[in-house]
Amino acid sequence: MFRLSSYRDFDWVLLGFVMLLSVISVLEIKSATVHTKFHGFDHKQIGFLVVGLLLMFLISMIDYHRLLDIVPWAYGISILSLLAVKLVGQKVLGARRWINLGGGVHFQPSEWVKLVLIVAVARYFWNLAGKDLTWPDIWKAVALVCVPMGLVLTQPDLGTSLTYSPVLIAGLFLGGIRPKQVGIILLVLVMIGGIAWKSGKRLKPYQQARINAFLDPDSDPRGSGYQIRQSLIAVGSGGIWGKGANKGTQTQGDFLPIPYTDFIFAAFCEEHGFVGAMGVLLLYFLILMRLIQNAQTAADLPGTFIIMGVVAVITFQIAVNIGMVVGMMPVTGIPLPLMSYGGSSVLFTFLALGIVMNVRMRRFVN
Amino acid sequence: MELTPQTELTVGKVEKLPVGKLHIAQYVVALVLVILSIGLWRLEVVGADNFRALAEANRIRKVPIMAPRGRLFDREGRLLVDNYPSVSCYLLREQIKDLNTDLPMIASGLHLTVDQIEATLKKYQTAPKYQPIPLKQDITPDEQAFIEAHRNELPELETLEEQRRVYPRDGFAAHLIGYVGEISEEDLNKEKYAFYQPGDVVGKSGVEATYDALLRGVDGSRDVIVNSHGKEIGHLGETMAKPGKDLRLTIDLDIQKAAEKAMEGKNGAVIAMDPHTGEILALVSRPTFDPNQFSVRLTKSYWNEILNNPDHPLLNKAIQAQLAPGSTFKIIMSYAGLEEGIAQLMHVPCNHGATFYGHYFSCDRNHGMVTIDNAIPYSCDTFYYTLADRLGIDTIARYASSVGIGQKTGVDLPDEAAGIMPSTQWKMKTFHEKWYAGETISVGIGQGAVTVTPLQMARALGGIASGGVMHRPHLVFPNEVPPDELEAIHETFPGSGEKTIPISPQIWEIITDAMYSVTSAPIGTAYAARLEGIDFAGKTGTADVVSGRDKSSKNKDTIPNAWFVGMTPRRNPDIVVAVLWQHGYWGNNSARLAAGIINTFVEKQRRRENNLRIAEAPKPSLPASPPSNNREGATSATVPSTATNN
Repeated sequence: MFRLSSYRDFDWVLLGFVMLLSVISVLEIKSATVHTKFHGFDHKQIGFLVVGLLLMFLISMIDYHRLLDIVPWAYGISILSLLAVKLVGQKVLGARRWINLGGGVHFQPSEWVKLVLIVAVARYFWNLAGKDLTWPDIWKAVALVCVPMGLVLTQPDLGTSLTYSPVLIAGLFLGGIRPKQVGIILLVLVMIGGIAWKSGKRLKPYQQARINAFLDPDSDPRGSGYQIRQSLIAVGSGGIWGKGANKGTQTQGDFLPIPYTDFIFAAFCEEHGFVGAMGVLLLYFLILMRLIQNAQTAADLPGTFIIMGVVAVITFQIAVNIGMVVGMMPVTGIPLPLMSYGGSSVLFTFLALGIVMNVRMRRFVN
Repeated sequence: MELTPQTELTVGKVEKLPVGKLHIAQYVVALVLVILSIGLWRLEVVGADNFRALAEANRIRKVPIMAPRGRLFDREGRLLVDNYPSVSCYLLREQIKDLNTDLPMIASGLHLTVDQIEATLKKYQTAPKYQPIPLKQDITPDEQAFIEAHRNELPELETLEEQRRVYPRDGFAAHLIGYVGEISEEDLNKEKYAFYQPGDVVGKSGVEATYDALLRGVDGSRDVIVNSHGKEIGHLGETMAKPGKDLRLTIDLDIQKAAEKAMEGKNGAVIAMDPHTGEILALVSRPTFDPNQFSVRLTKSYWNEILNNPDHPLLNKAIQAQLAPGSTFKIIMSYAGLEEGIAQLMHVPCNHGATFYGHYFSCDRNHGMVTIDNAIPYSCDTFYYTLADRLGIDTIARYASSVGIGQKTGVDLPDEAAGIMPSTQWKMKTFHEKWYAGETISVGIGQGAVTVTPLQMARALGGIASGGVMHRPHLVFPNEVPPDELEAIHETFPGSGEKTIPISPQIWEIITDAMYSVTSAPIGTAYAARLEGIDFAGKTGTADVVSGRDKSSKNKDTIPNAWFVGMTPRRNPDIVVAVLWQHGYWGNNSARLAAGIINTFVEKQRRRENNLRIAEAPKPSLPASPPSNNREGATSATVPSTATNN
C-alpha cells in the first residue's frame, strides 16, 4: 500500500548527502574530461542522475515485501539475462557485458543482477532467521551468489563479479554464521587461492599482471604498473590542499587513466588534495552510517538484510576503488559509487538507495 | 533453495533485529574509511613533495636551448674558431611505443645501425626517461625530412637546432685550440664536471678544454608542458641560454701561419713566445689532425687513422714531446758555468773530442782552442764536456731547474709534460742507483738522461736572454679571464710559473752575444739561417735519437732531431722561437725554419711601426726603427709589445 504521506519518512538527510556527492562527482567529471574527447560527460552524468532519482522514487513506491515476493522470478530472469549476454551480447574491448537495446541504450545485466542478489540473499537468510546456519545452508547461499558471479566472471568482468561477494558475506554474517564455520571457509579459500596462484591458470595474463603491478608498481612503469603509478602520482602530488579545480596536471595532462570513471577519486584528490579527499570520505561515512541506522530501524529482518546488503556493496566498492587509487588494492575495474561516471553504476546506486528508502518508509509496521 | 513467498508471515511476526551485528558493521565501515584515510595521508601529506616532483617530471619536458660556444680570436681579433648552426636528432624514450618495430625504421631513416641506437639507449639508461637523449648530431636535410615525414609513426624523434664548432681547415692550430666532443662517462664523475649532463659537449683538449667553463656558456631550456602522449599542451616559459664567452688568444695569426708553413710535411713542433709576458704567439705540432672530425660524431676510420699513426697526431709535441735538447742545452750550461765563475776562465783544446773517465767523447770537428765566446757558435762539445765535468751534475741540475728544465711551465693547456733534469737525487729516487761522473759528460751537451719539451726550451732561453725574468706561458690574455677562473686554471696547471732568477748583466750579454754569432758569424752553426739587418740570435741542437753505434743505419727513425732556439733582438727579446724538427738531421735545418718565423715577426713589427709613424707623424719623440742591435732593458722593448696588444 503506497501513500504519498510516506515521503515524510523518506530519508531526506541521506538524499542530501547523496546529492552533495553527486554534485561533486559531476564537477569532477567535467574537470577530468574538459580537454578530452569525453568532453560533455558531465552533462550525460546529470542525465543519469535525473533518471536515477526518478527510479529511486519509483522503486520506493513499491513495498519491498512485494520485491521479496517476486525476487525468485527476478533471480531466474537475471540468470537468463546473463546467459543472453554470453550469446547475443555486444563485444566491447574483448568483453561481452552489454546487451544493445537499440537507440544507443546499452543494458548491463550484471549491475541489475547485483540488486536482485541483494534482495534474494535477504530473502534467503530471512527464511533461516532464528536458527544456526548448517553447512548445507551455507553452501546454498554460496551457490545462490556464485552462479551469477561465475557467469559475470566469464564475460569477463572480474570487478563486477567481485561486487557480488560482499552481498554474500553480509548475508552470512547477519544470517548467523558461526566463527568456526568462518575459520574453515577462510582456510579453504586460502588453499584454493594458493593452488590457483601456483598453477596460474585461473587468472588471465592481464589479471596476473595487475596483481604483479599492485605488488610492485615500479616493476613495469610503462606497462601494467602504469595506471597505478600515475594514480599514486596524481593523488600524492595533490598534497594537502590540492592543485585546484581543473588544474590537476596528471588529470589534465592525460597521464591519469580513465580519470572520469575508475580513477575519478585520484583526479579529485589531485585537484582538491587531502582536505577534499577527507571531505568525500566524510560524506561516505555519513551516508553509510545513515544507511546502517536505517537498517537498525527497519520494521523487519528482510528490511535490515536488504539495507545491509546495500551497505556491504557500497562499502566494498569504496574500499576497493579508493584502495586501488591509493595503492592499497590491485587495479580492478570497480566504479566508485556516486562518484564514477557511468549510467549502470548511477542507476544501480540510486535503485539500491530507493530500496533503502522503501524500507525506511515502511519502518512503522501497521 | 527455499524461495516461496512468505510476505504474509511477516505481518505481526516479531523478529529480533541483530542490533549487535549492526554495531559491528558500523565499526567495520568506520575502520575501512580510517584505513583509506591513512592511505591518503601517506600519499598526500607524507609523500606529497616526492609525488609533486614526479608529477612535474611527468608533464614538463625541458627542451634544451644550446648556448653557442664562445668564439676564439687571435690577438688582433681575427676569427680562429666559429660556430655554425646544425640540426641534431634527439630521442624521447617516453614516446617509444614498440621498440622492436621502431628501431629498424629509425636506423634506416637516420643512417644508423640498430646496434648504434641500442648502444645509445644503453649509455643513457640511467638518465631520467623524460630527458631527451642525443641520437644523431648534425643530421642531413634528408634525415631531417625523414623525421618530419614520420612525425606520427615516430613521435619519439625530435630535432633540435644546435651550434657546432667549425675549426680552421687542415688542422691549422689544432693542438693549441683543441677540439670538443661529447662528455665521457669518466669525466662526468669528476668534480670539475659536477654540473654537466650526459650528452653535453665539452672541450676535450687545447684551449677548448682549459677554458671550457668560460667558452661553453650556460644552456637554456624551453619548458614545455606535455601530456602523457608527449604532445605539447602548453609551455611554461624559457630560460634563455647564456652564450659562451668569446676569447682572444695570444696567438698572432701571421706568426702562426708562418710557423704552420715552416712545419709543413715535417714532424715536430714550433713554439713562438713573447718572453716579456709569456704570451704564446704561435704553437704548432706536426703531424696534426682535423678537429672538425671530433666536433661531430667521430668516425671509426678517422679515429683508427689517428690512433695508428706512428707519429701520434694527437700528441701536442710543443708541450708533450720529451726529448733530448742536444746542443741547445749548452746555453743553460753556459749560464751555469758563467754564474759559477768557471766558464769565463776556461780554455779548452778541442781535438775531435776528449777522454773522460776512460771513455772517449767525440766532437764533430777539431775546434782548436775554445773559450766561452766561441764555444757557443762552434757548438764545441769538448768545451761542454769539460765544463760539465767541472760543474758536476747537481750544479747543472740546480741551474737548469732554476730556468724550468724538468718542470712543467704551467702553460694553460692540458697534459703538459715535465721532461727530466737528472741529478744524483733523481737517479737514486728513480733507479735506486748512484750517479756516475761519466754520465754528467753527456748531459753537458744535452744528451743522456736530460729531456725537455720545446716550450721549456723556449721559456728557458727567453728567460736567460731577458736577464732572468721568466713568465708563465699562456694562450689566453689573463685580463680576459675572470680572476677566480684564472686562479683555478693556475691551480689546475701548476708549474714553475712566474719567477725572476738572478743573472748578472755581463753573463747574459756574453751568452746572447755568442748566440748572435751562431747566426751571424761564418763560424756559427746557423750562419746559413742568418737574417740580414735583423738582430737574430739563437742556438742549434742536433740531438741523437739512438746511440752512436746505430747511426749508420739508413732508417728514418735514426736520423737525429734538429733543434733550434732563436730570438730577436738578442737581448731582452720580443720573440723567442723554439723549433723541434724530429729527424730533421741538423740543427741548422731547424734554424732556417725559425729564421722564417722570426723574419715574419720582424717584418710585421716594422710595418706596424711604419704605420704608427705615419699616423703619429707630428710627434717627433717616437723611438727610431728598425730595432737596434743594442736595445737593452724593457723600456724600448715594450713599445711593439703594447702595440700588438691592441
